[in-house]
Amino acid sequence: MKKNSIFPALLILLSVFASAVWASEAEDNYKNFCWQCHGMTGNGMGVNVQDMSVQPRDHTSAKSMGGRSDADLFKVIKEGGLAIDKSVLMPPWGGTFSDEEIHDLVTYLRKLCQCR
Amino acid sequence: MKHFVLIASLMATGSALATDGDAILEQRCAGCHALSGPAAQSVPELWKRKGPDLFYAGSKYKDNWLEKWLVKPRRIRPAGYHYVQHIKPGKKRDMVDMSTLTPHPVLSAEDAEDVAEALMKRKAPADLITKGDFKGGSISASFGEMVFSTFNGCMACHEIEPNFGGLSGPEVYTAAKRMQEDYLVSYIRNPQAWNPKTPMPNKHTAEQNIQKIVRYLQALAKENWDEKK
Ligand code: HEC
Ligand code: HEC
Ligand code: HEC
Repeated sequence: MKKNSIFPALLILLSVFASAVWASEAEDNYKNFCWQCHGMTGNGMGVNVQDMSVQPRDHTSAKSMGGRSDADLFKVIKEGGLAIDKSVLMPPWGGTFSDEEIHDLVTYLRKLCQCR
Repeated sequence: MKHFVLIASLMATGSALATDGDAILEQRCAGCHALSGPAAQSVPELWKRKGPDLFYAGSKYKDNWLEKWLVKPRRIRPAGYHYVQHIKPGKKRDMVDMSTLTPHPVLSAEDAEDVAEALMKRKAPADLITKGDFKGGSISASFGEMVFSTFNGCMACHEIEPNFGGLSGPEVYTAAKRMQEDYLVSYIRNPQAWNPKTPMPNKHTAEQNIQKIVRYLQALAKENWDEKK
């Protein structure tokens, strides 16, 4: 009995570890690719914004991030601002990320705005 | 006899093919620059590299620029390499943390010539670059700017003149001085083919607009920016 209980415990441990890895990958991706415009805190005030004609979205604001479905967020990250009739300044990232990585970024954005 | 000793000692050290330039690269540059591929395959791996990859330098840089810059290097990326490691939160927006940016090592004219020669021998894989990919032609600076900034949003990350434009990418007003036109076409078409984790997105720029943008970069590079700075 005792022997058998090790296995599920190990599985749980493994899956906790794996999801931590995913979360940190999404965080690295957000830093390397999104910080430049959306900023180190995600507030839309990145190092590039001074001469940009449209301000990047504040990802920490539930007000400006709420009301969008996960599918909406997925689409704008993969295909860029133009695909949702927004600014060309929001780039398409389909050439950079796999679909799975984009889903993880959507989850990460939900954490930043603490909104649905 | 003298010849025999020379050949024997070359064979013994195995350096018969390595030039002075290669030796300098190994000793003074390899700590920061990758001299052999592949490019970084993950973001943490990318962040460990202290300077841009040089293993395809011969397909990227213009020979005469390379030699001059190594003698008198000046900053190309306003926020350093990697921008992520050189920014700090500011009052209104994130700012470049200038205190973390260091000057580039300088070479003597003689070493620069040897190093440039050794670098120009390092070519990209043939499938990445096509000779004659840039078709030539010219464009007015104002129309070029429209294609670059308004239609394609490239200015968000690149300065098109000193102190105007984005800071996370390299300045582009000197891009055509630094880099071969065929490389520019290839890189803009698919940056990830060169560096899978580059912060530059593939904007799926239409083929004729890529040509226009490279013409625009050539027009920008004609100005004497050093004087204006
Ligand atoms: C070159 C600058 C730039 C970069 C880099 C950038 N963005 Fe944006 N982003 C913008 C701008 C500008 C907007 C606002 C577009 C508008 O309102 O028309 C925006 C808007 C958004 C939106 C809101 C879209 C909506 O529904 O209104 C999301 C989500 C987003 N970006 C996610 C990301 C993610 C994730 C990354 C990194 C993978 C990223 N952005 C990188 C400039 C950028
Ligand atoms: C301490 C780390 C460091 C060392 C050592 C170093 N470099 Fe660099 N190098 C950099 C950084 C950082 C940049 C980016 C500079 C910029 O964008 O302003 C750079 C840029 C370059 C560039 C231009 C790259 C580009 O595509 O923009 C070349 C060429 C270059 N270095 C060659 C050399 C050579 C040759 C040596 C050895 C003699 C050398 N470097 C030694 C850090 C280093
Ligand atoms: C989200 C920011 C961003 C956008 C938008 C962007 N770039 Fe870049 N670009 C970069 C960064 C960062 C680099 C430097 C990559 C490196 O050093 O590995 C770069 C590099 C380059 C280079 C030089 C390549 C090299 O090896 O040094 C050129 C040319 C260039 N970009 C052109 C463009 C053009 C044209 C567009 C618009 C179609 C564009 N960029 C849009 C961030 C961007």
